Amino acid sequence: MADDIVFELLHSEIINYALDQSKDNNNDKKEVDLSVVEYIGFAAGYKIMERLTREWPRFKDELDTMKFICTDFWTCIYKKQIDNLRTNHQGVYVLQDNAFRFLTNFSNGHQYLEFAPRYVAYTCGLIRGGLANLCINSVVTAEVQSMPSCKFHIHVQRT
Amino acid sequence: MSRQTSRLDAKKVNSELLTLTYGALVSQMLKETENPEDVNKQLERIGYNMGVRLIEDFLARTTLYLNMQPTVTSWSSSGDEFSLVWDQCALSDWVEMPNNGLRYCALIPGAIRGALQMVQLEVQCWFVQDQLKGDAVTELRVKYIKRLEDAVPAGED
Repeated sequence: MADDIVFELLHSEIINYALDQSKDNNNDKKEVDLSVVEYIGFAAGYKIMERLTREWPRFKDELDTMKFICTDFWTCIYKKQIDNLRTNHQGVYVLQDNAFRFLTNFSNGHQYLEFAPRYVAYTCGLIRGGLANLCINSVVTAEVQSMPSCKFHIHVQRT
Repeated sequence: MSRQTSRLDAKKVNSELLTLTYGALVSQMLKETENPEDVNKQLERIGYNMGVRLIEDFLARTTLYLNMQPTVTSWSSSGDEFSLVWDQCALSDWVEMPNNGLRYCALIPGAIRGALQMVQLEVQCWFVQDQLKGDAVTELRVKYIKRLEDAVPAGED
């Protein structure tokens, strides 16, 4: 079984790859296209969810699914549970992680705050992909106000 | 059925996630360039970057990263070339290959090259056999080129 550090290094290389690609594709240097990172997260999330829930009892409802994401799913991948889960019961969920794995190696100050979006894009995709496989279509965004804390906003899309 | 009994194994999940993430990356690259040879190069470079950083962790902890134990065989008579042979690799689980010249595991030779460069060894690394291409085992050839000497950085006297 692979060591954690391999995954962490691969994660940062995926970000590098996306940065290279977006440099090639547009001349405007300011804009970084993270959709590739998000998509890779989505593809991985979609498939891993299939394996994780194979021997799991059926989820009662949407909230139950979110609880699974916050506890078991998060513990496996991010080594800790989500610290806070909030919902308006109308399809918006906010997951707060006070020490997000991919941000804990950074300085806690504001120095690298502008780069934080790069390190949360994969996870947004991972959550979206995981939920998509459980038939929940959503839009997942992340918000980092101070390192290494991160809030993931899940907007469930109902049709 | 209680949830407590069906706790997930974090190590296994992480390992599978690595495999799937790597797979997603490779397929994304293929989508973007369509030239498998370019993808091979990019994967090799990613492996190189990872190897450069991985060696530090290795020297500090001496651990197995992919939990593979390849056999070392086929030493050349001069002792500067050998093969690593394995029959299972976490990276290539659940993979079926199109026959287009893609070297799916190109990350591994890249990582070996990068890691050895950091301990001042220049090597060449290439696949001789690949299970994903129908061979019985995967064989990676490693050839010692030279010992790197400490040199003054370019631009400084």
